[in-house]
Amino acid sequence: MDVSEFMANRAKKSIVDQPIVKSQVTISLSAFSLLFCELVEYSQAKSSTIQELQTRLADAGRHIGYRIIDLIVNRDKNFRRETRVINMLMFIKTVFWRALFNKEADKLEQANDDSSIYYLIEQEPITNKFVSTPKDKGNFNCASFIAGIIEASLEQCCFPNKVSVHWHQGTTFMIKFDDSVVKREKRLTTK
Amino acid sequence: MPPPVDTKKVNTDLFALTYGSIISQLLIDCENVDEVNKQLDRMGYNIGLRMIEDYLAKSSSPKCRDLKDVAEKIQHAFQMYLNVTPGVDHWSQANDEFSLILYSNPLTEFVELPDSLQTMNYLNILPGVIRGALEMVSIPVRAWIKSDHLKGDHETEIRIQSVNKK
Repeated sequence: MDVSEFMANRAKKSIVDQPIVKSQVTISLSAFSLLFCELVEYSQAKSSTIQELQTRLADAGRHIGYRIIDLIVNRDKNFRRETRVINMLMFIKTVFWRALFNKEADKLEQANDDSSIYYLIEQEPITNKFVSTPKDKGNFNCASFIAGIIEASLEQCCFPNKVSVHWHQGTTFMIKFDDSVVKREKRLTTK
Repeated sequence: MPPPVDTKKVNTDLFALTYGSIISQLLIDCENVDEVNKQLDRMGYNIGLRMIEDYLAKSSSPKCRDLKDVAEKIQHAFQMYLNVTPGVDHWSQANDEFSLILYSNPLTEFVELPDSLQTMNYLNILPGVIRGALEMVSIPVRAWIKSDHLKGDHETEIRIQSVNKK
């Protein structure tokens, strides 16, 4: 079968016919960084406040999160999803992070005083690699993009939550689960 | 062709989905598809302006002698940044025009174009990148997408035409 015939066959197939299992393919960090930089610049032009800019970046991230979680669960987890909070978070810290960033997240911690809050700590997220934040931009952090990815992914697995970004030991993602998740977790523990 | 020297890598899925996210953002923000195409081209141009610096620093390639040379360098750059090698073909008689042919492409990994968007050039960022990058080394070109795999064509073809210096 020559190449053009092969391509013609492939063109007729829809996207869902294509296999999802494939070896890890990578591309250059520069290409990603330049593209991401354009996204930030574009979002900046469209928003008037820092808050708005963060929200826009997070929304872009959410768009990714909704899609990528299915891909990773199917590809790396044998179609199994987690139902418990700790397992889910461990999954995010290890498998999920490795699939996205080729490394594990640095630390995962739980807040002492609140059982619904967890911290995921990453020293140097790739979105921040080439970014220097000017003083007047305050708390702005490009990692809100990643926060959006986490938030949407957890939501997609039935863990409604809110992720916010803070400058603390590098970048910290504060994950606050909804009350419904905490209640469910309690019920599952006592069973 | 020298081997790619860029050792730092990111995951292709993240890249493809980030691009998809940009596209969907543009489709929300822009009034019509033409404007999306234009905006993509502009973004690509901005990327190209910066990317050429990165490329020259990493590949330390000498000045291009002619358009054949340029085509080869573009091929190399595609391999370096997108991990695909496009074919170079369809030279014009005067050797001032050629096509880059992409059989597969990380950007279109998860993409299916709905019928309502048949006028959108999903990959319109690429001609912009090429134009911007070549402009920085004083090789003015026009670049556009001639055929698109996503629209049912056999392959994606980017046409590049050199514009005479005056």
